[in-house]
Amino acid sequence: MTSSPVTRTRDGAARDAVEVRMEGLSRHYGPVVALDRLDLTLQPGELIALLGPSGCGKTTTLRLLAGLEDADSGHITVGGKDLTHVSAAKRDMGMVFQAYSLFPHMTVRQNVAFGLRLRRVEAAKRDRRALEMLDLVGLSTQADRYPHQLSGGQQQRVALARALAIEPQVLLLDEPLSALDAKVRAQLRDEIRRIQLEVGITTLFVTHDQEEALAIADRVGVMREGHLEQLAPPIEVYSRPATSFVAEFVGLSNRLSGVVRAGDVTVRGCTLPLVERDTPDGEVVALIRPEAVTLASRAAAESGPLVGTVIAVTFLGATSRVTVDLGDASVMAQLSTSDATELSAGSRVALTIRPDPVLVSADPAAGSVADDEA
Amino acid sequence: MAVAATTKTGARPSRAGRRLSAPAWVGTVPFLAYVAIFLLLPTGIVIVDALKNPNGSWAFSNVTELGNSLVRGYFIGSFKLCLISSLAGAVLGAILAYAIASGDPDGAVRRLYLAASGVLAQFGGVTLAFAFQVLIGPTVGLLFHASWYYSFPWGIALIYTYFQIPLMVLVFLPAIDGVKVQWREASENLGASAWQYWRYVGGPLLMPAFLGGLLLLFANALSAFATIQAWENQIAYIVPQQISTALSSEVGLSNVNVADLLALGMVVMVAIVMTGYALLQRRAARWLR
Amino acid sequence: MAPVTALNETPAAAPAGRPGGLQVRRRRRLNLFRYVVFTLFGLFFVLPLLALGRFSLEGSKLGTWSLTAWRQIASYQGSGIPPLLSAIEITLELAVITCVVTMALLLPTMIWIRLRVRWLTRTMEILCLLPLTIPAIVLVVGLGPVYNRIQHYELSSLMLFWAYVILALPYAYRALAAGLNAVDVETISEAARSLGASWFTVIFRVIVPNMRQAILNALLLTWALVLGEFTIAYLLLYSNLQVELYSISRNTPNAGVLFSTSFAALLFAFILLLILSFVGRRRGRG
Repeated sequence: MTSSPVTRTRDGAARDAVEVRMEGLSRHYGPVVALDRLDLTLQPGELIALLGPSGCGKTTTLRLLAGLEDADSGHITVGGKDLTHVSAAKRDMGMVFQAYSLFPHMTVRQNVAFGLRLRRVEAAKRDRRALEMLDLVGLSTQADRYPHQLSGGQQQRVALARALAIEPQVLLLDEPLSALDAKVRAQLRDEIRRIQLEVGITTLFVTHDQEEALAIADRVGVMREGHLEQLAPPIEVYSRPATSFVAEFVGLSNRLSGVVRAGDVTVRGCTLPLVERDTPDGEVVALIRPEAVTLASRAAAESGPLVGTVIAVTFLGATSRVTVDLGDASVMAQLSTSDATELSAGSRVALTIRPDPVLVSADPAAGSVADDEA
Repeated sequence: MAVAATTKTGARPSRAGRRLSAPAWVGTVPFLAYVAIFLLLPTGIVIVDALKNPNGSWAFSNVTELGNSLVRGYFIGSFKLCLISSLAGAVLGAILAYAIASGDPDGAVRRLYLAASGVLAQFGGVTLAFAFQVLIGPTVGLLFHASWYYSFPWGIALIYTYFQIPLMVLVFLPAIDGVKVQWREASENLGASAWQYWRYVGGPLLMPAFLGGLLLLFANALSAFATIQAWENQIAYIVPQQISTALSSEVGLSNVNVADLLALGMVVMVAIVMTGYALLQRRAARWLR
Repeated sequence: MAPVTALNETPAAAPAGRPGGLQVRRRRRLNLFRYVVFTLFGLFFVLPLLALGRFSLEGSKLGTWSLTAWRQIASYQGSGIPPLLSAIEITLELAVITCVVTMALLLPTMIWIRLRVRWLTRTMEILCLLPLTIPAIVLVVGLGPVYNRIQHYELSSLMLFWAYVILALPYAYRALAAGLNAVDVETISEAARSLGASWFTVIFRVIVPNMRQAILNALLLTWALVLGEFTIAYLLLYSNLQVELYSISRNTPNAGVLFSTSFAALLFAFILLLILSFVGRRRGRG
């Protein structure tokens, strides 16, 4: 990633990507608070994915940025200009909606050229630019078709081309892949990222699918109930979750009881370092990733806190998830399939936990994916 | 288990495993027979008699009678009245439909207006004429006395719009509902003002449905008879009235053929209009499903 | 289905403390437009009805009130035979017969076609919507000869129902089709059949109960149609409610009884509609 990516205008002149700053954004619907004093800054050319469950405020954030809704309070500054009270039509942003946004009575070409038409670009230039954009998304052969003749994935590409055709300062994507088939989703996701990098445009991407968010974002913002729980690069969000909500929302977690002493936590016989070294001593619930749980070496004892019976083996392709009953708890281990081949329901296994830094929480709150506590 | 193809009258399925071996479509025979006798047969009679001479021989040239100035006058009268009332009904109905659609989808207002539209679209005829007579007629005129009340086509057109508007609402509202919010938002996001949205997106999308509604209203007005007859029955302005005169006049059999001819002319007109309507509806449905 | 400009999904009104944002202002302008439209149209539709009602309560001198017109409904002789009351009776009977026959003809056939004779769907649709293209006035010209035969036997106005059913077809069909579409007919009939039900049971005990709303709708439309029918009765020289009102109006243009009867008929239709919407709401949709 270059330090100041440029977007290319139709004259070939370089244009710097812009910074997007949202400060103190709040929005409520009646008694329901959708956003509570949100602060979020997008660096020029960056792609931030907002991730969270329904109702967390991610879509609201996007729509406030787009100008489709008014904030109750707060400011939005794009490229140094205050856009808080500017109408959506004048914000110069391109948006891709979840579905249905292509104009059905216009051809693909006309759809893509629509924004340019509004800006009174002359027909020849319009057409050229439209084709350029269609090329970028790989659909120049479909230029004269109608939206209903295209597949869902193709429609979304056209939507992307249309949004980019006007050379917006910011690109907004509102769950653009949610309505598509799984396979198309993965393909298009990578396409979108490729195009975004090529064009170098500051982008906000909203999704509820963590895989998407982790795969394409420069930074991921995990939201919950109108707040930003963590904003960090994907790997950090995954391996150093800031709160238990993030730990449990992103990826799977085992919840195992443990005891903290002097900056380490002992979980079922394994001593593991803590993410937060100054956690007070005491009993806690440790959140442990399935990939951190591995098979113990052959020389392990026949019994112990991490010895148990396999309940199920779920084949996931390259890896397999093995659920093991430890007697008073169950735990999920994510092993490479080759390691898991000898295991089946009923076999005895001994496990161990890799000493990665671990997040603990004092409250045995619900919402976790793995397991029950004794 | 007796599996029997019962007829629509619900003849009891035969027990003890005996099967009725009639094909399934036999069950639709009562309906088809009914429609054949009471709809297709009369229509056929009209068409056939229109093309026959009083003495019973074929006379396709009768059709040219439709061109004579007197008959043309009735058709023109019908056309004028239908055009005015359907244009007014379509435009006003579209505005009302828009007002209804832009509100709370489950709200009381919407339900009230929809229910009212259902009833008022049917409220025509004699009683409607009475109502307007009392409201703005020259003799009673509780609201005021409209000197133009008995003028053709304006006076009667006003009365026609009373049931044309609700009909338009019923037909056009689903189309407006079918306009997706995302289209508005996407065009806004691309820089369109409200006016530009309507000009480039909303308008074109709704146009087929609007024109379809207009045609339906036109056909509806063409067929109307009771309202205008109650309004003013001394002068025949439109085709239905002339048909009525032809039927009830006692001047020999020749008038029956006139009635048939006029009826044929009407059927052709309505058929053309309804075909246009069906085609436009299909286009509208494709975009606005 | 979202309304066209519901850009903010606030169910409540704009909350206090929000700086007059663009969306809020837009919403406010829209609401103003709506109120104006509803008021103007509301007036346009209500005034004639009010006039009808007001005049029906009019006394012998303008400006007075009297129930004469209403009392006369039962006793008015009119210009010929029969008196108004018997015309009302005939019309009501006609309405009932038409409703019954239309339902009996349409409902089983539609369900049967849907279940077993799919290829006739289009044909049925066309046949049922054909009466919209063949207006009553045309039908009457063709029915004349048919009814002339019947006339020989001097049957009563009730014979009109044969034609009325045809007139009702488009409206009843559409109402029933909507109801039929809302029910997953194929699945529940297959389920019933697999449990051993005969076709009769499937139609009348499984599907029909799920179409109550649509059936009531269709009945209401048919009922309203018969009560308002004029053309065919008039041209075939029968007497029904509308024809009777018409002939009274020819003789005494402002006879109070015209307006009281009209208003009563209208009121009746509205009450039926209210009942229908109540039934609908309690059962949810379809």
